[in-house]
Amino acid sequence: MSAVTLYGLCGAILVGMGLFGLIVHPEPLRKILAFNLIGGGVFLLFGAVARRGAAAGFGGDPVPQALVITGIVVAFSATALAVALLLRLFQEIGRATLRSDG
Amino acid sequence: MAARDTFAAVVSFVAYGLLLALVWVRLAAPDVALTEAAIGSGVTGGLLLAASTRLRRTETPAAREKPGATLRLAAAILCTLASAGLAAIVLLLPEPAPTLAPQAAANLAATGLGNPVTAVLMAYRAIDTLLETVVLLLALVGTWSLAPDRFWGGSPGPRHHADPDGVLTFVAQLLVPIGILVGIHIFWVGSVAPGGEFQGATILAAMWILAMMAGLVGAPSVSRRWLRLVLVAGPAVFISIGLAGFAMASAFLAYPESHPKLLILTIEVPVTLSIATTLALLVAGPPERGAQQ
Amino acid sequence: MPNSATAGGFLLVLAIVLPVVGVLLSLAVGGRHAERIALTLMPAGLVVAVAIAAVVWRTHNVLQYFVGSWDPPLGVAFRADGLSAAMILTTALLICGIGLFARAQFPSPREVETRAPLVFWTLLLAVWGALNAVFIGGDLFNLYVALELLTFAAVPLVCLDGRAETLAAALRYLLFALFGSILYLLGAVLLYGAYGTLDIVLLSRSIRAGPVAWAAISLMTAGLLAKAALYPFHLWLPPAHAGAPAPASAILSGLVVKAPFFLVVRLWFDVMPGLAERAAAQVLGILGATAILFGSVVALRQVRLKLLIAYSTVAQIGYLFLMFPLAVRLETGHPWSTAAWTGGVLQAISHAFAKAAMFMAAGLIAEALGHDRISGLAGIGRALPITVFAFALAGLSLMGLPPSGGFVAKAMLLTAAVAAGQWWWALVVLAGGLLAGGYVFLVLARALADSYEPLTLFATVSRRRQAVVVAVALCAVLLGFVPLRPSELLQIGRPDIVIGGLK
Repeated sequence: MSAVTLYGLCGAILVGMGLFGLIVHPEPLRKILAFNLIGGGVFLLFGAVARRGAAAGFGGDPVPQALVITGIVVAFSATALAVALLLRLFQEIGRATLRSDG
Repeated sequence: MAARDTFAAVVSFVAYGLLLALVWVRLAAPDVALTEAAIGSGVTGGLLLAASTRLRRTETPAAREKPGATLRLAAAILCTLASAGLAAIVLLLPEPAPTLAPQAAANLAATGLGNPVTAVLMAYRAIDTLLETVVLLLALVGTWSLAPDRFWGGSPGPRHHADPDGVLTFVAQLLVPIGILVGIHIFWVGSVAPGGEFQGATILAAMWILAMMAGLVGAPSVSRRWLRLVLVAGPAVFISIGLAGFAMASAFLAYPESHPKLLILTIEVPVTLSIATTLALLVAGPPERGAQQ
Repeated sequence: MPNSATAGGFLLVLAIVLPVVGVLLSLAVGGRHAERIALTLMPAGLVVAVAIAAVVWRTHNVLQYFVGSWDPPLGVAFRADGLSAAMILTTALLICGIGLFARAQFPSPREVETRAPLVFWTLLLAVWGALNAVFIGGDLFNLYVALELLTFAAVPLVCLDGRAETLAAALRYLLFALFGSILYLLGAVLLYGAYGTLDIVLLSRSIRAGPVAWAAISLMTAGLLAKAALYPFHLWLPPAHAGAPAPASAILSGLVVKAPFFLVVRLWFDVMPGLAERAAAQVLGILGATAILFGSVVALRQVRLKLLIAYSTVAQIGYLFLMFPLAVRLETGHPWSTAAWTGGVLQAISHAFAKAAMFMAAGLIAEALGHDRISGLAGIGRALPITVFAFALAGLSLMGLPPSGGFVAKAMLLTAAVAAGQWWWALVVLAGGLLAGGYVFLVLARALADSYEPLTLFATVSRRRQAVVVAVALCAVLLGFVPLRPSELLQIGRPDIVIGGLK
């Protein structure tokens, strides 16, 4: 199994782990962490795809690499907005939960 | 204890981010490695650590909400199947792999750049980068919108006072100038080597955050004109040069055949400053102090 | 498909650039001018939208533009076919209407910039730009960035008033939207890995049936369904749309929730034409039918007006997905598929106008009464007759009664269902119409009843705002005068469809 396939499989495993964390943890902050995990897995898959596309003297296909950079930045801004929302919600109701029982 | 669980989770997250950066180096993607190390673990880690500290008090009640064993088992089975399915698909991807590397290489000379990833970001798919700067800005507007009305126009975050004998102040005074130089260098070198505006901007943002936390500079008030102009300058210059492309090179975001690199750099400088400011303010959060304080 | 002349491409670029420039200007110049900037850009954007539709209609061809003169697959393309042009025009009209309506609710402050007007007008412009970017995007990753832009613009609008319930609703909305985006991106990764391009036209030429393509399309569709709040992913929508201020609810229910549907259409009919299995399309149809029945029944049980309207959105979104089992496999030229196509798209457009008018009317009623309990609506029919009239007009479209765009849409879907032999969809459409009639009349009956004590109004509502609401509702009604057959504009860019055959 080549290194590239190994990292692609790692990406798949990360996606699964993140999905598990998303389903199992009720706290929004954990869900946000889980999203970042899934995102990391998806980007790793993109990276494996890029490495497979090494040609023309480059170590990897530059297009997916650039897309991953864009994706990392966008994922960070999503995390920041979600965290800000969560902190503000916590300020208002004293609990960091989406349960509507109070 | 539950309270330490989330903190431990965030610390593991930062470590995982650094591990990912190493993986990216192995995947021959140094630009992505720099970005992942800077944003993925650095800035995001800082954001999540600060959040987990503030939310620490909520941990024990939330622990009662943990789902039962059956749900965990069902979720575990589902996720294992999902991973397995995804892995199978990855193994089924065609050989030889389709790639755009030859096309990217062939057109590289026309952009005047040496780094193909920068060429994709700033030339071939510049519209994605342009929209992305707007996405960042909107995330900031959204974060700011969460402030209560009475704090609008104020500064984000609690007031940090510089402790002249403190370790944080000392480290910050040492690191920040070095970090700024490193950030500028990584940005500058990105046209021909791994690096570029996002990586450089993140380092600059991280230095600003460090300086704010150590109390060396105060967080700016969100209504200051200069702040707004810096935030807007990047996308604005990007769009202007893009529109000028209609006259100079017959298409939006096209560069003329003579000195394209100059134009790209002209876009990159304000974009780097805008992104650095946006990232730092995203970590700082919505205004929490009134304008008078 | 020819690469269009610069003039046409310039229009496409403007459709995105104009609202973005508005966002930048509002932030830079300060919140005291945000309203003025938005109101100046609205007519300009409307002109651009009309121009795009005119060019597409005149050339009867897709308007295509390669950004930066880089050809796909290396570069990114913008493409506007008949469907895009119709959606862009709808967006422009609706934004203008909502802008005029919201002037009284978010007026510019006199001296110091305040939070709510700056945030509202900036985000309204951002939603506009993001919607246009979704409607003309020709590259799957560019569409991902456009979807994120849309999410970040829409989520803060939900919690604009800062109450705890709206904050929770906004967070839930954001989490669902992020879930959708990540699934979409995962599918896009697989497509790039298999075919080396993310351009829609190039993909349609190279894509082949196989596990990779099916996995990718399923993942992307699932992600988009979560964003479109199709049952069972609908949990986030009612609190979010009910908690937002009325003009924000109008754009959220009217168009923001239609953008993911638009992308599912692009995926199924443009990226993988002819690959969709009947079974998969039936699944979408079943989810749509469940949404219609479930949403309508829950709407009937609501106590608050805005929540009723939000659940009605959940139901009406279901109609959109009935289009898939009836319009899939177009290349075989089944004549009813064009009817289903027109019906689905017309449903999206007329619902946009009707739902926006409904939310705006509910907003006016809530302002006047100080609450939005349905049981307390008695007497409002006398106090705000124009508003209740607008609500009734919008209700026509939701129920599918003539004359209204909703009637034409549902009639086309009914005809297509019967002609295709899939008569069970026809039953669902009829049932949905009956249930919609139920909850619309529920509100109207209460509103037109006489109140026992004289009604004290909390605030006076200006005639101009009520007139704007009626105008938006009339748009939904005017769509009813579209001829009851497949629309020629919407077919532009769909070469494999047989026009006619259904008289």
